[in-house]
Amino acid sequence: MQATTHALPHGAVAHEAHHEELGFWRKYVFSTDHKIIGIQYGITALIFLFFGFCLMMMMRWSIAYPNTPVPVVGPLLEKVLGADKGVISGEVYNQFGAMHGTIMVFLGIVPLAFAAFGNFVVPLQIGAPDMAFPRINMASYQAFVVGGIIMLVSFFIPGGAAQAGWTSYSPLASAVATQGQTFWIIGMVFLITSSLLGAVNFLATIIQLRAPGMTWMRLPFFVWSQFVTGFLLLLAFPPLEAAAIMQLMDKVAHTSFFLPSGLQISSLGHISGGGSPLLWQHLFWFLGHPEVYVLILPAMGIVCEIIANNTRKPIWGYKSLVYSALTIGFLSFIVWAHHMYMTGMGTKISTFFQTTTMIISIPSVIILTCLFLSLWGASIRFNAPMLFALAFLPMFGIGGLTGLPLGFNYSDLHLHDTYYVIAHFHYVVAPGTIFGLFAGIYYWYPKMTGRHMSEFWGKVHFWTSLIFMNLIFQPMFAQGMAGMLRRMADGGANYSAAQVPGAIGGLSPMIMHFNQTISIAAWCLGLAQIPFIINFFWSIKHGKPIASDNPWEATTLEWQTPTPPPHGNFEKAPEVHRGPYEYSVPGAARDFTPQNEA
Amino acid sequence: MDIPYTSEPRQDTGLFNAKVGIWLFLASEVMLFGALFSSYILLRVGAEPGEWPHGLLNIPLGMTNTIVLIVSSITVVMAWASLKMKNFARFKLFQSITLLCALAFLGIKSYEYHDKFTHYEVWLKDGKIADGHLVENNADTIVLHHAHYVDKEAAAKVTHAWQEREIKEEEITIKKSDIRLREGGKLDMESYGPWHNTYTAIYFTLTGLHALHVIGGAIVIFFLWGPLSGMWKTDPERYTNRIEISGLFWHFVDLVWIFLFPVLYLL
Repeated sequence: MQATTHALPHGAVAHEAHHEELGFWRKYVFSTDHKIIGIQYGITALIFLFFGFCLMMMMRWSIAYPNTPVPVVGPLLEKVLGADKGVISGEVYNQFGAMHGTIMVFLGIVPLAFAAFGNFVVPLQIGAPDMAFPRINMASYQAFVVGGIIMLVSFFIPGGAAQAGWTSYSPLASAVATQGQTFWIIGMVFLITSSLLGAVNFLATIIQLRAPGMTWMRLPFFVWSQFVTGFLLLLAFPPLEAAAIMQLMDKVAHTSFFLPSGLQISSLGHISGGGSPLLWQHLFWFLGHPEVYVLILPAMGIVCEIIANNTRKPIWGYKSLVYSALTIGFLSFIVWAHHMYMTGMGTKISTFFQTTTMIISIPSVIILTCLFLSLWGASIRFNAPMLFALAFLPMFGIGGLTGLPLGFNYSDLHLHDTYYVIAHFHYVVAPGTIFGLFAGIYYWYPKMTGRHMSEFWGKVHFWTSLIFMNLIFQPMFAQGMAGMLRRMADGGANYSAAQVPGAIGGLSPMIMHFNQTISIAAWCLGLAQIPFIINFFWSIKHGKPIASDNPWEATTLEWQTPTPPPHGNFEKAPEVHRGPYEYSVPGAARDFTPQNEA
Repeated sequence: MDIPYTSEPRQDTGLFNAKVGIWLFLASEVMLFGALFSSYILLRVGAEPGEWPHGLLNIPLGMTNTIVLIVSSITVVMAWASLKMKNFARFKLFQSITLLCALAFLGIKSYEYHDKFTHYEVWLKDGKIADGHLVENNADTIVLHHAHYVDKEAAAKVTHAWQEREIKEEEITIKKSDIRLREGGKLDMESYGPWHNTYTAIYFTLTGLHALHVIGGAIVIFFLWGPLSGMWKTDPERYTNRIEISGLFWHFVDLVWIFLFPVLYLL
């Protein structure tokens, strides 16, 4: 463990490794150690997140200033994607839109929230030496990388990447004459395989490898959130895989699973018909909705850990949190068709899904309420992770509450497919989940590297991100309510007849002007990430060394290991004697009592 | 620290790690096939009257395959039980029967696939449809065996048109000039491949995916049976566990077929 010892800062506990030295490739590339795999996942996912964000920054140019060459990257677009004079055409815009969604959800946030944090933190928090199946863990990461590469390669095939949105609705997805969709499907099959292997591994680990004394109700809430997420991935992804197989059959074997009788599109040629476009939507959203909770639950878990740690108080309502998470997990399987009110599936079905959708908001509100109440009367430490965790609460609150009008059938008829929807789910995922993930990075970074990230630049990163996130998404609510539809390359200039003065149904100049302010805010948000990127890499070598293995004075087990944790994690098998959040226990010598303290 | 419970069971769950893993994996598989079965129901319910084929598949062959798989399921258990009773030779014997069953199943399935790919529907210029197995494809004629003519317009008026089809087993020779042309000038004839209608589409998808599972399971069983069987000497407990895990997967594959057979062949 020469490299590990080398990376150890002064003051950290050195650890004598008892196994043979592994070469560079086995140690960092084909590693079976859950911590290395977690870091691999994390860095790869951050790169994908940044790439997906770059796609969006280019699309924002097209929305704000349609039919003009993109500055800075225009020549690159012309060279690589054949964009005429660097102008983003409708086709390129559609590719970017479809791939932005796909990359952000499947290659960015899920791998970061579930696989990266889960891999690094869960085995440590439950007191396990590794995941239950280390080699399957490695295979999971490799399948993820292959899926990601297939997605990226699809930009460079003739006709470019998939163009039918991240939802890939058929028959549109089948009718686009290029092979981008085929690549998308095959890429998805790899990503689904990856998440299946990951989910099996996580669940088996949490069920089997809890340290002695680590009973279910002593698990940190983060582990619970990962446990529920694991079940969602395990059971919700296979129907999308089935749908992907059928769409692949439609594409390559000329079947008609999703192609109705009488459909005549020249690019499809002769088809038998008899299929059902609605079937795709049902199967897609059967994954799609649990996926929303896959995105949010791990962030809730991270935020819970950080709030408990920085309020120096037990979390308020631990059991309510756990049961709410389980309830969300169950209910998330029976709300999917609230994405489909406009499909004509019938009012009775709409009523059912409207009801379940309203019910699922209850446990979400309970979780948020518990986290808010945990702040009551605390002397809060406002460090970088805590700021992100605190911002998560109102941001997710806005995202969640603006979802209610979409969950109601009647109001959804007006808001469906507008910018309101975009603003709603981005509030949940961008300043919601991503803030939770940033909080997690700042919080666990010392455990991974033995050094802190810069507090000052962390705060710069936080405040700028918070301001620009809101400048981006807040105006979108107004645009959506005014009737601006999503997925238009020119930001609605043509469609809304905004350029015709006095036209009925046109969007007002103010609403159209938001296109430009939002775009500028988006680019500023891009700039606001630069301090983070530099801070992240610079601090590996030059950050402030940690004072002890437990720099945040936390109670959970991951802080009771050497830093960074060696292969096998714990120097001696931990034994758990208490619950996860015993902060400021009256009569205790310190204001925190670690779980393994007798 | 080493990973615990790799072969001995954990006390509170009563399971070793891999057993938890395989059951979770099978739960995911249930959802995969469940989605396809749901699609089958939705497509069938949404089919035009008289369009959903019936009796297209050979029931005796399907029944044979069902028996073959059930036998293999029994031998998989017997193989595992033999290991538990420390009888390695009997394990080898039973598992070789399992592998033979897998091969037999795949053989019969390929024959059935081939049968569908040579089964043609030919639209004639006079509005009649000839239906049968293509045996000769000459320059200006085609010959169909086991063939008959179908009246689609009449069939559309009858709910159970397929059940009431009167099949006369004849040999029909058709002049190519009598066959209707599609847009683009191709002859309007089509085999019962996945592209033919939504029934053949779901039939090929479901059985194809199942066959992939059979192949995957058989490969794992083969490797444990042959190249990796040395583990019986070094770590018999773990080896027996692996046989159990692969057996659980094999039972699942059989179980899927138990549902596929009635759904695709009988209903």
